[in-house]
Amino acid sequence: MQMWIKGGRVLDPEEFDGPADILVEDGRIARVQPAGQGNEADFPPDAEVIDARDLLVVPGLVDMHVHLRQPGYEYKETIETGTRAAAAGGFTAVCCMPNTSPVNDSESVTRFILQEAGRLGYARVYPVGAVSVGLEGRQLAEFGDLKAAGAVGVSDDGQPVSDAQLMRRALEYARGIGICVISHCEEMALAGGAMNEGAVSTRLGLAGIPNAAESIMVMRDIALSELTSTPVHIAHVSTRQSVEAIRAAKAASIAVTAETAPHYFTLTHEAVNAYDTHAKMNPPLRTEADRQAVIAGLADGTIDAVATDHAPHGVLDKELEFDQAANGIIGLETALSLGLRLVEAGHLSLRQLVSAMSKNPARIIKKTCGLVPGLPADITLIDLSARYTYHAADGYSKARNTPFDGWQFKGRARYTIVGGQKVFDSQNHANL
Amino acid sequence: MQWTKKDVLDIESLSVDEIEFIFETAFGLKEISERPIKKVPTLRGQTIVLLFLEPSTRTRVSFDIAAKRLSADSIAIAAASSSIVKGETLIDTAKNLQAMKPDILVVRHSSAGAPHLLARNLDISVVNAGDGMHAHPTQALLDMMTVKENKGRIDGLKVSIIGDIAHSRVARSNIAGFTKMGARVSVAGPPTMMPAGIEQLGAYVAPDMDAAVSEADVIILLRIQKERQRRFLFPTEREYAASYGLNAARLRRIKPDALILHPGPINRGVEIAPEAADGPHSVILDQVTNGVALRMALFYLLAGGVRDANVD
Ligand SMILES: [Zn+2]
Repeated sequence: MQMWIKGGRVLDPEEFDGPADILVEDGRIARVQPAGQGNEADFPPDAEVIDARDLLVVPGLVDMHVHLRQPGYEYKETIETGTRAAAAGGFTAVCCMPNTSPVNDSESVTRFILQEAGRLGYARVYPVGAVSVGLEGRQLAEFGDLKAAGAVGVSDDGQPVSDAQLMRRALEYARGIGICVISHCEEMALAGGAMNEGAVSTRLGLAGIPNAAESIMVMRDIALSELTSTPVHIAHVSTRQSVEAIRAAKAASIAVTAETAPHYFTLTHEAVNAYDTHAKMNPPLRTEADRQAVIAGLADGTIDAVATDHAPHGVLDKELEFDQAANGIIGLETALSLGLRLVEAGHLSLRQLVSAMSKNPARIIKKTCGLVPGLPADITLIDLSARYTYHAADGYSKARNTPFDGWQFKGRARYTIVGGQKVFDSQNHANL
Repeated sequence: MQWTKKDVLDIESLSVDEIEFIFETAFGLKEISERPIKKVPTLRGQTIVLLFLEPSTRTRVSFDIAAKRLSADSIAIAAASSSIVKGETLIDTAKNLQAMKPDILVVRHSSAGAPHLLARNLDISVVNAGDGMHAHPTQALLDMMTVKENKGRIDGLKVSIIGDIAHSRVARSNIAGFTKMGARVSVAGPPTMMPAGIEQLGAYVAPDMDAAVSEADVIILLRIQKERQRRFLFPTEREYAASYGLNAARLRRIKPDALILHPGPINRGVEIAPEAADGPHSVILDQVTNGVALRMALFYLLAGGVRDANVD
């Protein structure tokens, strides 16, 4: 089984940028042949040809923060619908958070997720196990078993590890096991609101969540990372103060990495407008100054990765009073297009965006990623000039909870290839 | 003027002309409550549902009396008896009520924006009787009506709102209303009770209590909710009364013609001293009386306002 990706602009931010052909054999990249070198006869005549002219060929995108909801909340999303949405968004791999039912704090849940994802094959799924048993913040989960079963990280995402001693021990223990710790930073005593604290929450009469609810915990985790000499990854950075704290920590050579989500560099708390629950998430959408700080953090490398925090919910979870409605929005099918807006606006280079959506998150979870012979053929082909209107109802996710419904975008995934198999083709949605 | 709004959700969505029209209508209807037979047939055959999902006595009674004085059939549904507690969503509850063909739904809810959610999902008129910390438009309208009745105008007055601004829907609606009608609104209270960005709503933060009290033409005191003590907003009621209450000492420094308002129920001796509540400056009971007329006016306007001929 061979595939010839022909005539595209190949961009691996750390290896190569230019016109080239890629040969895929047995699910792996066999050759990257720059245009003008060698000749067509070097390619097997019976290979499946993918016409990549006018397309950008990049390492398969990796979303390190996704909620697939299975097991337990299949009415919101399943591994099947979630990974199909990932493929449609250009992602070849996703990390799924453990706040399922049962919680993924065990070998058996991790194995179930991997089996299901492997059977389907739309995207690689890298499970993230829980830091604490049942996400209850009392007792360490079995990191060794989780890792042996295939988990790439641990996190109590959805809620913080409030107990600083538990966090300290989690970092130390994770270092011994060799698993990455992802922190959802939220000081609960300061949180408890429904949106960002500021002029909009005051106008709407909604309880606010101040920036400090996030940044206090970011600063704590930086201190604990230094104390334990263990890397910590900060999930969904939304505030200026968090960006500044991470920038200072990196300057001091503390092993902190960070991600932000497309909605934090695209929207502000104004999007809540008239109690639109599709603008409700945790952490909340912040102010314009925070949005700019997040963009600056991506631009100077303070923030390593763009991750969606894809959080599917049923209509019933969102068609409620604002303070009762569930947190979160879906993001897999819009992330690349939203990221490309930053490139279009001149905030990021294409190379930076591709790194933030592929190589950087892969490195944090210690997975290979790149357009290099020998690596698995996980490849995303992007049509940078495709203009389209996003309709959530036409998406692959089971859920529709997005503030971007009806937005017009330029640039999207054209083909998504996982292990040498085409899993998404934007012009042929049937039976892939 | 012709009334065109389907709902009354907040002050922000009403125009100055609409607010004046509501006052005019309310002043006209106020006299009905002074008659020996306090009832006109204007809204006969109309049904008004009072969906009160948060405990309230005085506001519910005021709406109820307003409906009955206009001969509408009113049905009050309280939190404990509603199916919300049985797990039905707010929209489902409201759609079920709508299916019984009422004309107006009055809703009180502990969640900000709940009346907006209902208004988007229902065809019938929705009146916000208080939603979380967001808005209490009928309270602000009756407060402004009371000031207009006593002062002859709102434009140009200095209004001070004192107390827990952060958690008060009355404060938000009064800031919006008095500002819209041309008054200058100051807010005062401990910084723990002052919400972020309050200036962006058009209010000025008073430098201190004495300034807030002594320069005001209208002083609106907010009820201090004792359970808030537990959320670290203030140490004790005694200290609150001394620092931020309208006590006897501060009462002596108010303008001779200043009005004192309070949305009730009052905590005597906490945010307001008995001398202030019962003295000549107080229009607290006028507020309650006007509340009925104001709510009658809204029902009348929402129900069509074209039945003038029937007001006899
Ligand atoms: Zn989280």
